[in-house]
Amino acid sequence: MFNYLNPYKIFKINSTLQRIIFFCFIVVLSIGLIEALFLSPEDYLQKDSVRIMYVHVPAAWISLGIFSSIALLSFSVFIFKNKNLIMVSKSLAPSGILFTLIALVTGSIWGKPTWGTWWAWDARITSMLILFIFYILYLLSFRIFKDRERVNKISSLIAIFGAINIPIIKFSVDWWNTLHQPASISLTAKSAIHSSMLIPLIIMTAAFALFSVLIFLMKYNTELIKIKNKGLKRL
Amino acid sequence: MIKDLFLMNGYGIYVWSAFAFTLISFLSLYTIISLQLKKEQKRFEKNFSSLSEEKYGIAINQEIHKEILKHSGSKI
Repeated sequence: MFNYLNPYKIFKINSTLQRIIFFCFIVVLSIGLIEALFLSPEDYLQKDSVRIMYVHVPAAWISLGIFSSIALLSFSVFIFKNKNLIMVSKSLAPSGILFTLIALVTGSIWGKPTWGTWWAWDARITSMLILFIFYILYLLSFRIFKDRERVNKISSLIAIFGAINIPIIKFSVDWWNTLHQPASISLTAKSAIHSSMLIPLIIMTAAFALFSVLIFLMKYNTELIKIKNKGLKRL
Repeated sequence: MIKDLFLMNGYGIYVWSAFAFTLISFLSLYTIISLQLKKEQKRFEKNFSSLSEEKYGIAINQEIHKEILKHSGSKI
């Protein structure tokens, strides 16, 4: 299985994929923006402010998805002792932290016209803020600790510990009385959102996912060259 | 009509600022990561060209090194 995680193979595929993904991202994002800003209808209650959903919701979904992946990879590091998994998870973190920040900021902007406030210590918002802090801690661990073994252990523990927060974010709207509404989209049940709003939401999610893949590929190659640079010095 | 598109019934300031923040964030992260990648590629090229003949012979045989040099546009 780890043959597929061979750095040479990944680097070769990454370099080719980057241009294709960049092109796809630009196309999908352009379609998504036209749909989200101009073609999708306004909400009967929230009016045009509902358009913020098209950046807020995909950012929140992807930030959660990325952190879950980082936690899963970090857990695998303890089992398989594969250092390449650390590099993969480290490369996922920059886009993850950015999407968490976007979710928090756009959520705050959406909160003002909808709830009349920029910020509330609501369960969903607070747990998202905690996720942001975990991302910061995870990335900081690579800067603070220099010993490779120590970094691997500490960063993995941060990710695994932070994963406890993921179900809290997901179910916070069901467990507590929050300003947020319960989930409108489910993989198992019929969506409560009309297709005229669901389609732009899916397109924007695809664009955001492509962006995170692009950043991941670039960051992975950067990390790999960094390691090879150290290797050259040791020759 | 164009004015209506920008004003969005009074919600324009919120909608446009949310989208602008997102796009600026994308552009910023993409620029930062691109610069980091280019910096590492240049450093690699510099380290590679400063290798002694013997070490160069060992290093150039590694597939990954060839691939990095190829993608950094190196003439080594």
